[in-house]
Amino acid sequence: MYGNREILETINMVSHQHLDVRTITMGISLLDCITDSPKRTCDKIYDKIMRRAGNLVRVGDDIAREIGVPIVNKRVSVTPVAIVAAASRGHMEIIRTLDRAAEEIGIDFLGGYSALVHKAMSPYEREFLLSIPQALAETRKICSSVNVATSKAGINMDAVALMGQIVKDCAYLTRDQGSLGCAKLVVFANAVEDNPFMAGAFLGMGEDDCVINVGVSGPGVVKSALERVDGDLTEVAECIKQTAFKITRVGQLVCREASKRLGASSGIVDLSLAPTPVVGDSVAHILEEIGLESVGACGTTATLALLNDAVKKGGVMASSHVGGLSGAFIPVSEDAGMIRAAESGLLTLEKLEAMTAVCSVGLDMIAVPGDTSAQVISALIADEIAIGVVNTKTTAVRVIPAYGKKVGDYVEFGGLLGRAPVMPIHTASPAKFIARGGRIPAPLHSNKN
Amino acid sequence: MKAIVSVIGKDKRGIIAHVSAALYKMDVNIEDISQTILQEYFTMIMAVDLDASPLDFDAVKTRLAELGASLGVEINIQLQSIFDSMHRVDTGAHSL
Repeated sequence: MYGNREILETINMVSHQHLDVRTITMGISLLDCITDSPKRTCDKIYDKIMRRAGNLVRVGDDIAREIGVPIVNKRVSVTPVAIVAAASRGHMEIIRTLDRAAEEIGIDFLGGYSALVHKAMSPYEREFLLSIPQALAETRKICSSVNVATSKAGINMDAVALMGQIVKDCAYLTRDQGSLGCAKLVVFANAVEDNPFMAGAFLGMGEDDCVINVGVSGPGVVKSALERVDGDLTEVAECIKQTAFKITRVGQLVCREASKRLGASSGIVDLSLAPTPVVGDSVAHILEEIGLESVGACGTTATLALLNDAVKKGGVMASSHVGGLSGAFIPVSEDAGMIRAAESGLLTLEKLEAMTAVCSVGLDMIAVPGDTSAQVISALIADEIAIGVVNTKTTAVRVIPAYGKKVGDYVEFGGLLGRAPVMPIHTASPAKFIARGGRIPAPLHSNKN
Repeated sequence: MKAIVSVIGKDKRGIIAHVSAALYKMDVNIEDISQTILQEYFTMIMAVDLDASPLDFDAVKTRLAELGASLGVEINIQLQSIFDSMHRVDTGAHSL
């Protein structure tokens, strides 16, 4: 049995250390909405989302009140729209329908304006990808993701080349909002089918008709626990494991209860430590608590590797099914410690890239100058994707070539998306490499059969 | 439905009496109670059972919060399952 100390520990985690459940994400399959008519497809999609997710926000809020832990976001992920619209076409009508449904049920975001083009793009998929900038500029709640590589298929460099320009177009079309469109677009390697986190959530083809996936959070809780550890790194890892267990258990409880009340199947808990810009909710500050003067210093990759591994080990036992991205997130604009280190030049794009080799998920919420060329963006994507493909892990790029901004300026998004200092990026031209196109073959070690 | 009531705030006379009376009026049964003073802060933890209460969880929560505001302390109620989940390896996290 537990005593007052444990009860107060839990209360303290919420009141002083920003413990929350970051998201309940309902995955809804749209496969049964596919027709040969855009209008009928849209009608079926709207009806299904209203039917399955109509109570999502209320149920999330009820559970949060009952357990006394905030559930920050309620979201929906759907089957990649490029698949749903392949027969009927009409993806712009579909995205407007999705945005309207998302607005009406009161969720924060809906993810799945997505395409899986890791091996090749059909002519329609190419047309779909080109619609992303307009789609994200026109809608409020929709998030988009594109899988351009897997460890099995290699890297579709034609898609990577296209995504550089699409990211630039997103920045331009949403220039009045600090190029916000780019914050809603993720380019993936090895995208996962059950990710509850935005902007990369979609529901994969192997998933149930309606499923609840939960993303936990809690960097502040880990940091506070580490403040009491004076020992060596084995003790640091133990402390993180124990804390991750407790945090994940909250997610597991919420996942089971929400799926029961919503008549959905219980999916996975994503163990990611997701920071917010609020002071005391930073992954960077955990690394500094372990013993770095600043994130970005030598030692950053090693401490992050320790953190990421310990979070998984603690979380795995706390949850029946672990999934999603499950690791420490390092989105620059959403983490007070990362923002400060990037501002002062202590944290560079190159160091961030190295960090992504040992954690989830990638180059995330990084602002670069608005005049960065599409080829440089594509090459940045290619580098990050290569890390994922070779290491058989998910990596992603969510980069913001902030229109009209230069190094030293800021992009302000507010809320959970935070503010990003515009960081310098190498401008030497990779244009010839990107123009070659084709596919980078899968690494030898992916051939395991 | 089992829950934990926590009362945290500056120590003053009558906190236990007021909270107990409020729970009694709502037919909420107190199964265990403990209190400590931590750095001048009064901390009381009550394990309660709401099964006999005609009020739903939200109503009980609201009344306790109002009482807390009038006493100048923070009163919260959370389902016991959150504590089971976090602090027990064997039975936690199954349902509320």
